[in-house]
Amino acid sequence: MDDRRTPLARARGLGSARDGVHHWWVQRLTAIALIPLVVWFAVSLVMLSGADYAVVRAWIGSPLVIVLLILTIGIGLHHGQLGMQVVWEDYTNGALRVAMIVLTKFLAALFGLGAIVAILRIGLGG
Amino acid sequence: MSVANRPVHRPLSPHLQIYRPQLTSMLSILHRATGIALAVGALYLAVWVMCAAASPRAYATFQSFNTSIVGRLVLGGWLFSGFYHLCNGIRHLFWDAGYGFELKDAYRSGWIVVAVSLVATALSWIVGLRLIY
Repeated sequence: MDDRRTPLARARGLGSARDGVHHWWVQRLTAIALIPLVVWFAVSLVMLSGADYAVVRAWIGSPLVIVLLILTIGIGLHHGQLGMQVVWEDYTNGALRVAMIVLTKFLAALFGLGAIVAILRIGLGG
Repeated sequence: MSVANRPVHRPLSPHLQIYRPQLTSMLSILHRATGIALAVGALYLAVWVMCAAASPRAYATFQSFNTSIVGRLVLGGWLFSGFYHLCNGIRHLFWDAGYGFELKDAYRSGWIVVAVSLVATALSWIVGLRLIY
């Protein structure tokens, strides 16, 4: 088969970091998990239209919602940062690429943990 | 001629100025665009529950943006992004499993995705606005 790499790439001999299959698989796994979660969340959000502070807090704090909402935000952020990683890999290079991927993953972890603590605080009355 | 100097004939990508867009390529780009919008939206969702946990004042500030015209348009855009990315994501999962690759099937599933996400967005707006007013 034709080797379509540039001579420089051939000389360097760099190839796959070999974690692509795992990235691909986790992206699909989180996608499948998000199908029922997103449908549930979209219907819930529409039904919460016009709800005031007390109603929203009561909804977030009910046991089933605590579990489903943590799953939705957690898996959603995980799926999102996997996708954003591919976007940065496609359109940026070098130090900028590394910086944006690291920033994306840090933001996802920070906001994810923040959301989980907030949901638990509402649910457990802290 | 040394190996390093030998020219490499790589295939050229389509020329953007004379490239005729098709439904399939446009939907593919839209999948990525809505994905980026939803990644940002997920952060906004986290801010929502954090404001709800913080205080009535923090929540009121957060809500004052949501209920503004710009806020409603952004939320409506996210809603469409969510339905589109969900429907087209299912289309992608079928492709991953090896189904629906025929050109005819790819176009049919593409139009179904467009129709379902538009109808779901419109229905959500109608029900949501009826609950508010």
